[in-house]
Amino acid sequence: MHTRRELLSHSARVTALLASVGMLPAVAQAQAAGYNSAAFDAKSVGELMKILGAGSPVASTDVAITGPDIAENGAVVPVGASTTLGGTKRILILVEKNPSVLTAMFEISDAVESNFSTRVKMGQSSNVYAVAMMNDGKVLFAQKEVKVTLGGCGG
Amino acid sequence: MADPMRIRAQAAGDKATVRVLMAHEMETGQRKDAAGKVIPAWHIQEVTAQLNGKPVFTAYWGPAVSKNPFLQFVVKGAKAGDKVSVSWVDNKGDKRTDEATVS
Repeated sequence: MHTRRELLSHSARVTALLASVGMLPAVAQAQAAGYNSAAFDAKSVGELMKILGAGSPVASTDVAITGPDIAENGAVVPVGASTTLGGTKRILILVEKNPSVLTAMFEISDAVESNFSTRVKMGQSSNVYAVAMMNDGKVLFAQKEVKVTLGGCGG
Repeated sequence: MADPMRIRAQAAGDKATVRVLMAHEMETGQRKDAAGKVIPAWHIQEVTAQLNGKPVFTAYWGPAVSKNPFLQFVVKGAKAGDKVSVSWVDNKGDKRTDEATVS
């Protein structure tokens, strides 16, 4: 048995619920607004580190980059970045000779391993970097040269 | 609305390897069409993943991620039956969320 009063209060609750659900896209939008477009415009590794407010990266064997030695198709180059160290805040994948060096930036939490693989585009043969930014401010990197053969006619 | 993502999440021990294939053009903004006009950039800017509704990471992507992007990551503390959801937002504000069950 529903009284009018009950129905009204119920619909008010449903409205409140919908509003809170509606909030979710708003939050996502706010995050997208946090997209650091200046970092994605950076033309060199040094410039990028300045924008991100990080020190100059130090080569480290605890960071690993995986990728092919020779990529036949520069549009699809499988690249993986990982580190065995705990306390990693961010993992970056950089391609040195692309129009903008920063390709992907992963902001990670403790719930995920610092190991990501994806595919990137490369305009030409270049060094590819995996950069790990640690919670204590250290910036470590590993690099690998990937040769891109366009049309399969040798590097 | 963009095409659905393909997500596969496989548990191994207390971790789950998640592989995601997204359907997106990932236009760089560098290419020109036949008339010599620059094709405007259109790419995924932000990718988020959740395990059972709890965010595990956020990724920001530039246009240099390949067309129809592939992404692999490892979630700790995931077991069979858990839900992994992945969402992306592109620079035109288009978005998509898909969910998979860890197996």
